[in-house]
Amino acid sequence: MKLVHRNVDKDGEGVIALVPEEPEDMWHAYNLIAEGDCVRASTIRKVQNESSTGSSTSSRIRTTLTIRVEVIDFDTQACMLRLKGRNIEENQYVKMGAYHTLDLEVNRKFSLQKPEWDSVSLERVDTACDPTQNADVGAVVMQEGLAHICLITSSMTLVRAKIDQCIPRKRKGNVQQHEKGLLRFFENVMQGILRHVNFDIVKCIIIASPGFVKDQFYEYMFQQAVKTDNKILLENKGKFMLVHASSGFKHSLKEVLMDPAVISKIADTKASGEVRALESFYTMLQTEPAKAFYGIKHVERATEAQAIETLMISDNLFRVQDVKQRKRYVTLVDSVREFGGDVKIFSSLHVSGEQLDQLTGIAALLRFPMPELEDEDEESDEEK
Amino acid sequence: MGHLLYTLGQVNKKTMHKYEQESKKLGKQSFMYAWILDETGEERSRGITMDVGQSKFETHTKIVTLLDAPGHKDFIPNMITGATQADVAILVVDATRGEFETGFEMEGQTREHALLVRSLGVNQLGVVVNKLDTVGWNQDRFQEIVGKLGTFLRQAGFRESDVTFVPCSGLTGINLVNPPTEEKLLEWYKGPTLLDVIDNFRAPERPITKPFRLSVNDIFKGTGSGFCISGRVETGLVETGDKVLVQPQNEMAVIKAVTIDDVHTSIAYAGDQVSVTLSGIEMQNVSVGYILCDTTQPIPVTSRFEARIVVFNIKVPITKGFSVILHHQSLSEQAVITKLVAQLHKSSGEVVKRRPRCLVKNSNAVVELTTSRPVCLELYRDVKELGRFMLRVGGVTIAAGLVTQIF
Repeated sequence: MKLVHRNVDKDGEGVIALVPEEPEDMWHAYNLIAEGDCVRASTIRKVQNESSTGSSTSSRIRTTLTIRVEVIDFDTQACMLRLKGRNIEENQYVKMGAYHTLDLEVNRKFSLQKPEWDSVSLERVDTACDPTQNADVGAVVMQEGLAHICLITSSMTLVRAKIDQCIPRKRKGNVQQHEKGLLRFFENVMQGILRHVNFDIVKCIIIASPGFVKDQFYEYMFQQAVKTDNKILLENKGKFMLVHASSGFKHSLKEVLMDPAVISKIADTKASGEVRALESFYTMLQTEPAKAFYGIKHVERATEAQAIETLMISDNLFRVQDVKQRKRYVTLVDSVREFGGDVKIFSSLHVSGEQLDQLTGIAALLRFPMPELEDEDEESDEEK
Repeated sequence: MGHLLYTLGQVNKKTMHKYEQESKKLGKQSFMYAWILDETGEERSRGITMDVGQSKFETHTKIVTLLDAPGHKDFIPNMITGATQADVAILVVDATRGEFETGFEMEGQTREHALLVRSLGVNQLGVVVNKLDTVGWNQDRFQEIVGKLGTFLRQAGFRESDVTFVPCSGLTGINLVNPPTEEKLLEWYKGPTLLDVIDNFRAPERPITKPFRLSVNDIFKGTGSGFCISGRVETGLVETGDKVLVQPQNEMAVIKAVTIDDVHTSIAYAGDQVSVTLSGIEMQNVSVGYILCDTTQPIPVTSRFEARIVVFNIKVPITKGFSVILHHQSLSEQAVITKLVAQLHKSSGEVVKRRPRCLVKNSNAVVELTTSRPVCLELYRDVKELGRFMLRVGGVTIAAGLVTQIF
């Protein structure tokens, strides 16, 4: 994302103009734009003109609209952001107050006016505009009969294809069906990779599976590549990595991102950092339950005591429509930072973020144990 | 196991000779009996069982279906599939010095296997102490293993009278079928052979009167029209010509033929391993883990249910939002623990704490689970076989559970 201009005054009100450059920037934009903001972007409208004689002509015109956002839609597969709202600036084609829908486009400027830019949104703008944070990784998690082809960018995990196929088991004297089924499955996975992975962009492609499925598949894929003289695959052979995973379901990506070999390759991408943070939370919960808490109520109490060392919070929470709620979370983040705590904002599109979302979306590691929090919880339970 | 089949005449001499020659070529002659059950090229060249192999043999009183389950960590899901269909289990441990210990230590597979089969409802166990010839049929070694394993199995919930230990050697075939001839063994061992142990297992009671259920274990193209599915009749009975409901797909199908061990029959009862030919439904619409059931009393289909779980020895505690893999019969499905309802006392089952923050190792609890796609489940109190499940995360079994309520 490119920052074109930024005009935010002391109270936080102001306008920021941005140019999205990649699909991922749409995700950032989705997290920035809230209900009630004003967005100005160019779009194409079909305009009908009626001449004095009654014949009508229609023409397509590119015009700039400014709307007050009421509905925000994000399509994760196509990375499209669609905003709906009332027009607040009249021009020769559109009337004031008419409902319009804007599709934000890549490489077209849009400006966003907010009544209040809080620290979380400003930080989001900064990260979105940081070009060093780009690292795309392709990942295939598979087991016999099931494969997920995913793309991992710094703030998104997109499942591009899911291949679910039934492979006959081995039976007495009838192994061919099993082997045929397996080959058909490998063929499908390979086609999926070729279709969905752009080898110019991705740094590496991880193939993960339990047992030997990954090795079998790798062997098969390059045999086929040699047979069909597939240049793309052969040239990128060095990008493939084989890693162990316990199953072909999407959440095994977590294990993949924990693998030391993968970490060294994709180093500081957000995805692996998040997985590690969540893992340390669970370890703490096991060893010292009084130092790990989740749920907004507990975490707020801990903040009051300035006890938080690491705060993990899902970006889902910042997308709430309720301004008060959002403010509550922003204050929380700000106060944790103020006292020297570390704040990690998880992307809800990653597997780790999904898990955090299930865990009320907020969790914290404390500097010192606070067993009293747990006791309070029991009391409040009894009241109910 | 392969040797047992060979000795019982289930494998003819010619095939055995072929296996012997071929395995010799690969330099793995000691695997020649394993090849009887491991048929895929991958399994043979790596020398391990990966998927459940099926075979049958007869003892004096029983017809036994043998399911050879893989032991390697990565193939536990396959083993669970096998274990859900089993009535009794035979645990094979290696008596070689060091080998038994690695299998039995904290991270080893022997413990997990024993716990798994117990939680899946198997309560009779034969323990085969294999490769005893490598330690010179040493009685102390045998006693040492019996002592260690016995204590553990009692803790796991097996009754002492239901566990039998047998010393033998798979490769040389001693004490498998015929009474041992090895003098060193005869000096101290007078117990039964492996075949006798199998013969002495009590046959479980079959729920024949309950409505028909069959869990799909495999789908393949058979000869002739239609396609075949194989699996175990869990409850009730099935006849050729019956109309059945395929759940959770909710589609009707007609049973064209029923075969047990490649022999056509007209009827199959609970407990039988059958393959049935279906018509009236597309092959693509059936997948492993589906249930064929009675049309008048269909199996409940749900994606949210409550269960009582026993948490195993886990490294990280279970919290709300934990994503797990649910293994139920042959099915494996992604699921999320959506609610921790209560933590229970280990033995009395009383509620210790309502809505706990997390579940630590070795605890009992009531939780609510949500699966990503609808699955077929039965309440444990109605049908035991279809009310049990396993939860696994990252290649480790974290809990076993019983379905207590279906939403």
